[in-house]
This record gives sequence, C-alpha cells and structure tokens, in this order.
Amino acid sequence: LSCKVLSSVVTPCYCFVSPQIRVKPDNTGVVTDGVKHSMNPFCEIAVEEAVKLKEKKLIKEVVAVSCGPQQSQETIRTALAMGADRGIHVDVSGKDYENLGPLQVSKILAALAKQEDAQLILLGKQAIDDDCNQTGQMTAALLDWPQGTFASEVSLEGDKINLVREIDGGLEHIKINTPAVITADLRLNTPRYATLPNIMKAKKKKIVTVKPADLGVDVTSRLEVLKVEEPPQRQAGMKVETVEDLVVKLKEAGRV
Amino acid sequence: KAVKLEQYFCSRYHQPKLKIKTEHATPQLYTALHRRACSTVSTPRITTHYTIHPRDKDPRWEGVEMERFADEADVVIVGGGPAGLAAAIRLKQLANKHEKELRVCLVEKAPQIGAHTLSGACLEPSALTELIPDWKERGAPLNTPVTEDVFSILTEKYRIPVPILPGLPMQNHGNYIVRMGNLVRWLGEQAEELGVELYPGYAAAEVLFHEDGSVKGIATNDVGIAKDGSPKDIFERGMELHAKVTLFGEGCHGHLAKQLYNKFNLRENCEPQTYAIGLKELWMIDEKKWRPGRVEHSVGWPLDRNTYGGSFLYHLNEGEPLVALGFVVGLDYTNPYLSPFREFQRWKHHPFVAPTLEGGQRIAYGARALNEGGCQSIPKLTFPGGLLIGCSPGFMNVPKIKGTHTAMKSGMLAAEAIFPKLTAETLDSETAGLHVPEYAENLKNSWVWKELYAVRNIRPSFHNYFGLYGGMIYTGIFYWIFRGKEPWTLKHCGTDANQLKPAKECTPIEYPKPDGKISFDLLSSVALSGTNHEGDQPPHLTLKDDSIPVARNLGIYDGPEQRFCPAGVYEYVPLDTGNGMRLQINAQNCVHCKTCDIKDPSQNINWVVPEGGGGPAYNGM
Repeated sequence: LSCKVLSSVVTPCYCFVSPQIRVKPDNTGVVTDGVKHSMNPFCEIAVEEAVKLKEKKLIKEVVAVSCGPQQSQETIRTALAMGADRGIHVDVSGKDYENLGPLQVSKILAALAKQEDAQLILLGKQAIDDDCNQTGQMTAALLDWPQGTFASEVSLEGDKINLVREIDGGLEHIKINTPAVITADLRLNTPRYATLPNIMKAKKKKIVTVKPADLGVDVTSRLEVLKVEEPPQRQAGMKVETVEDLVVKLKEAGRV
Repeated sequence: KAVKLEQYFCSRYHQPKLKIKTEHATPQLYTALHRRACSTVSTPRITTHYTIHPRDKDPRWEGVEMERFADEADVVIVGGGPAGLAAAIRLKQLANKHEKELRVCLVEKAPQIGAHTLSGACLEPSALTELIPDWKERGAPLNTPVTEDVFSILTEKYRIPVPILPGLPMQNHGNYIVRMGNLVRWLGEQAEELGVELYPGYAAAEVLFHEDGSVKGIATNDVGIAKDGSPKDIFERGMELHAKVTLFGEGCHGHLAKQLYNKFNLRENCEPQTYAIGLKELWMIDEKKWRPGRVEHSVGWPLDRNTYGGSFLYHLNEGEPLVALGFVVGLDYTNPYLSPFREFQRWKHHPFVAPTLEGGQRIAYGARALNEGGCQSIPKLTFPGGLLIGCSPGFMNVPKIKGTHTAMKSGMLAAEAIFPKLTAETLDSETAGLHVPEYAENLKNSWVWKELYAVRNIRPSFHNYFGLYGGMIYTGIFYWIFRGKEPWTLKHCGTDANQLKPAKECTPIEYPKPDGKISFDLLSSVALSGTNHEGDQPPHLTLKDDSIPVARNLGIYDGPEQRFCPAGVYEYVPLDTGNGMRLQINAQNCVHCKTCDIKDPSQNINWVVPEGGGGPAYNGM
C-alpha cells in the first residue's frame, strides 16, 4: 500500500502529571495559563504506529497535524522528531481555541485529508483533557470512510487493513477498506523517545501554518459551556457493625 | 501498645511489600524498638544506577550500541534558570551587536523552562534592568511592586514587631514580588527570540573531557533503562554537545558541579558550602485578607534560637488574591528529629499567620535547597573549558534572602568574559577547552562581590550562645552601622551533614497533626507539586553503599532522611522477613530539591539526574 498518510497529532493537551487542575473563579472553564501542555499520550502511540508503518515501507509519508495556538507547534516538532516527515499547524487561538471541540477538529481533518489526498488517518483514541473519544469517529463519518477505533494491533494486507480492537467483550478482529481512519489504544505500541539529535534534525523539517478558514471550515462552536465546577468533595465514610445498622443508616440517609 | 508492636515485628509473619507511604503515628517509638531488631540480614539491592554499577562490567549490556551522536556549538549552557538564561541572552546580544555568528545551546532537565523553578520571591530588578533595560515594555512579569515590609520575631502565641530601618538588608523598597517560574519562562522566550537554542526536557548527565583534561562539553541522559538497570527495547544513548566553553548553571548543589569540584579541586581554598531548605506554597486567599504588595518575614517560632530559619509571606498582585508563603530552615540543624516540612506546616497556625489563610485554598507546593555560605564558600569559578554561574557556586545574599539578581549578573559577566575569547582571531588557549579566568576577576570587581562581602559575617554570626538573638544584634551593629567593614571574616562550622547529633542525644519533636485546612500531610503536598518520573528507570537517588542507611543513618540518627525530604522519598519499612528494616526509595516523588545529597550524615546519597522531563511541574512558583 503506497500512499500518503495523514498522521493526526491532536491538539496539545494537559499532561496527566499536571498539578491539581483548578476551576476558574468564574466557573467558565479550567485555568490553563502556564499549565504543562504536551502531546496527548494516545496520539504519541498513533504517531509511533505511523512511523513504524513508514519504516516497514507500507506507507510513503507521514504528515503530523495539530490544531491550536502557536505553542502546539512544539507538539508537531516532537512528532517530527519521532519520524514524521512534515507538519501542518492549523492556527486556532484565543477564544476559538477554548471552544475548539471534536466536531470542528474532525471537519478540519476531513478537509486536510482531501487536500493532501491521504489514504490513512491515525489518531489517538481520545484526548486526556476532555476524554471525548469523538474526533476519530466524526472524521470517518464526514469523509464517509471506514473506521477502526481502539486499535491494539494494525496490519496492512494489500489495500485492506486488519485490525484488532479492544472492546468490552474482548478483542474484535475486523478487516476494513482503505482509505480509513484508525484510532490508537494503549497497547498498540510503546512510543519511542524523541531524542535530542532527532529534535535538532526536526528543526529542519517543514511545518506549514494554515487557518481553518483557508480550509473552508467554520470553527464556531455549537456548544455553550454553562458551568464548570469541581467534583464534590469526597465525604468521610462511616463504619457500621451489623447489617441491621447498615439498613437503618441507609434509610436515615433517604437512600432506601 | 509498645509490647504489641514488638511482638508483631519480631514474629516471622510475612508482610506484603509496602508500596504506599504510611504515616506512622509514633515513628520514634517504632524505630527505637526496631534498632534492636535490625539484623545482619543481607541488604536488599537498592541502587541500580550505572554510576554506581558500571555498565562495561554488566553482562546485560554486552553488545548494546553505546556510540553517541555528537554535535558542536560555540557555547553550551547547563541549566535554564536565571543565571543560564541571562548568560545566553547576553551572549546573543553581544553576538548581534558585533555581527558575529554564535551557536548557543542550553539544556534544561525540566520539561518546560520554568517548571523546576522555585523561589519566594522578592526580586531586586538591578540585574534584569542591566540585561534588558526595556523589560517592562517587553512584558516581563514584574507586576507587584513591594508596598509594605513587615518583620516579626514570633513566639508561640505572640509577635514582636521589628522595625525595618532603611539600610537593613531585608528592606525591600524598589523591589518586586514575582512568581519566579513565570519570570524564568519569560526569560526563556527572550532567549529564543534572540536565537538561543533551548532544549527543555533534556538533562545534562555527564561532563565530557578532552584528552588534555579540559572540559569538552556535556552528554545528555540516556533513555530507556529499566528499573533494574538493564536496557529496554527503546534504549537510546544521550547526545554529546561539544562546545568551546561550557557554562554550568545547575542551581544550588548541582550534580555535575559536584563532580567538577573534585576533578579540578575547585574547593581547596574556600569553606564548604552551607545550605538551607526552602518549602513554599501558593494560596488563593479570601479577598478581604488580600493586601497586594505586602511582604512579611518572620524568625523565631517554631524554631528554637539555635536553629536558623524563618518564614516569608508575600501578597502578589496579578489580578487575583494570590499569596506566596514558605519556610526556610538552615540545614546545619542538629536535631535529627527535626522535620522542615512539619515546621512549615505548624508555623502556618501561628495567630499572626493563620487569619490570612483562613477561608483560602492551597494550590501549589514545592521545595528546594538554597545556599547560605556567602563569599566564604565560593569556589574557584573557572577551569579549562568551563565556568560556574549562579546558585551553583552560590551568590546568594543571605540576610536579603535574594540570590536571583546576583545569579543573573554572574551569568552576564560570564558571557561578557567569554565573548571576546570566542570571537578572537586566534583561539588563545593552552587547552582544547577555553579557560576564561577573566570571569572570576571581573566578578570580584563587580557589585556582586561588594554586596556579598558586606554581608559575609551575618550568617556565621548566628553560631553563638544566643543563637538567633546574637545574630540579630551582630547584624544591627556590624551591618547596619558599620556596613560590613569589620576587618574579620567569621567562619562557618563545617559541612551541614556533619552537624547532626546522634538520635539518642536529642529529643523527638511532637508535631501537631495537620488539620487539612491550613496545614496538610506530606503526600497531598507532594501531589500538588505535580512531580512525576518515568517509573521504569533506575532510582536517581543513588547510594554509594546500600547497607549504610540501615546501619548508620537509622542506627545512629534514626533515619533523618525520612524527615528532611520534603517529598516523602525515603521510608524505612520492615523487611519482608519481618526482622529488621530496609530503606525504600520512592524516587518518583522526588522534587529535585537536593536536600538529601546535602544533609545525609553519611554522605552516602548521591543525587544524579533522572531522565529529562521528569520532576516537578511547578507553574509560576
């Protein structure tokens, strides 16, 4: 299968080692100023898979895409250091970035896929800041392409893709046609480190910046966030000696 | 209860391995009982790092490709803090002014510039103004000019106000309260704009030498080594960065600097460095309590008069009621039962401090060692191929509790001394690595030295019978009146590690339990620091001898590392066989403060740099 591959690098998101995320005082969102941003771990796995496929000579080119403000270029650089060939930065900043959700991102990716004539889109299964798990599926729908989500094994066979998906019931084996969208799950591979020599070489690889409007995509959000609040504080538990005590307490609390 | 404990541990009952830190209610009783039960059972292997167990003799490493990719720069700077960045900026400013090409590469172990920065801080803007005169227009985050300066001596219930007369070192008129992490991040942006190559997330792990013994550059850390020291599939060697001259700005007690001191005998004519540990929290307080620009310092309670230390509380003015507060304890303390973290937590309950925090919310925590040796402890600053800048050699003005302005100036002086040599027609150097002794001379002639010389006797003056009060009187007379011109220079009393008295000569300290509103437990604090490390790597807190902690640290000093580590890295837990204890190192908790390397009475702990990108995730600390 020789084709261009669009490897999607999702917007840089809060790395899970961030200190406690705080809700903004006006409850409109979370504080993002200065919080450590880096590549979504599932997207790292997707990039690694794309680079592996290229190393096996099954695909011709890996293009890394990220949507977000200027800083998201660092995420693209990391993908380039891991082995992607070139990058596309879709510049979305300020209020537009705060409202950027899966629907807008998938519209952008669909437009880019058509523009780049891609045959395969690889994404992480979900972003660890919003846990939406929607972008891959929506992109496939917009392009009317088959999708292989939660992939834990990917192999190319001619112009079809064999996929093993991790589902609640176990492992599902499917075969899908190309062009297709694949989202990566945790056990697909172990991403390589982006070592310093590769980061330096990546500085020479090209990153092109485009605006959503250039792709004919309107990023206005269809959703309005009403309120963001912290989860309720965990209440202390209570120990009871007998089952009868338990029933009494449950009745008292109005739970039974 | 005591008998029950003894029976429990002396039995051969098999215990599951403890992975989570448990806060023992009476640690002293527990371990005291235990000292008798410490067996001569062979010590379980703790240290697996290749600096202690070399890989060339390790069969698991046979055939592994150890070749490293190398690149050349003109200058390599280790450490992206105020000193390193100031040096980088100054170098590029000079290069642009004289229209010369200069490749300056800076490596920093934090994942982002500023993520490992922790400081009070009240910044004296002198060095910044020298470096970037239009810092205000460029948006430097100096948003809070100091409006009031309050100094107190605290007793358990009361407060004695101390007037801050003009001329005293702790007077802050003209200074700014800053969130140092944000300032460092801004400096990083300025450096990048000027063309400095910044590489956060890559730690300098090794110093490289030319054949003639001069410094050739550094190598970044290897990645992909498993916890037991064996290579993983994704193992990759670090990269070598060669330079004509390398600047080491690792901050207080840098691990590469430690090696350089030995290699080049840089400390033969100076006193050992003395240190303190600073713990800090950021609090969002009730708006009614917020007094933007207010600077509060205290000494006294809860420390006794012979333990150096004190507190700070600064009201920031950046649009929200944010307060930076913290506690500093001199690491020359003698009681192994002292816990700097718990002193900090109980200080917050003082009637003068608690009202400010009531109704507020803690949003950040962190800790870092700082140097207190002053000019008596400054080592030789230059050696063939390299220079030491910033808090690494240590330019902190202790009574002012400020070291950033001097660190930045040292970086700038280093850059100014190196530049003409780098761009000279012929490389005027006997060694392959450039030797730039002019840096040290220029520093001695600059305001940095004058300032440090004037306050040189203040910290050592605390070593007298009256402790804190003797020191304050000394400061009042000799600094305020005589401006440090007295003809003598007092000495420190040796290394901090040697100051601990054996546990049996000391009394355990009864600390109050944290109340969860103003004071907190250690683990929830560590969580707030955002620290994390790749779990599957050799612990970077390496022990030269794995058997010494139980034999000596626990045996004689009752395991002080359990108390001085602000991140809960060190725990003495019962052996699986039930007889005796072992040291458990929770390396993932480490916040890179370096206190253990400094205070270990056996000097057995050697902190080395973990995989780059790990460590705390401070945000504007």
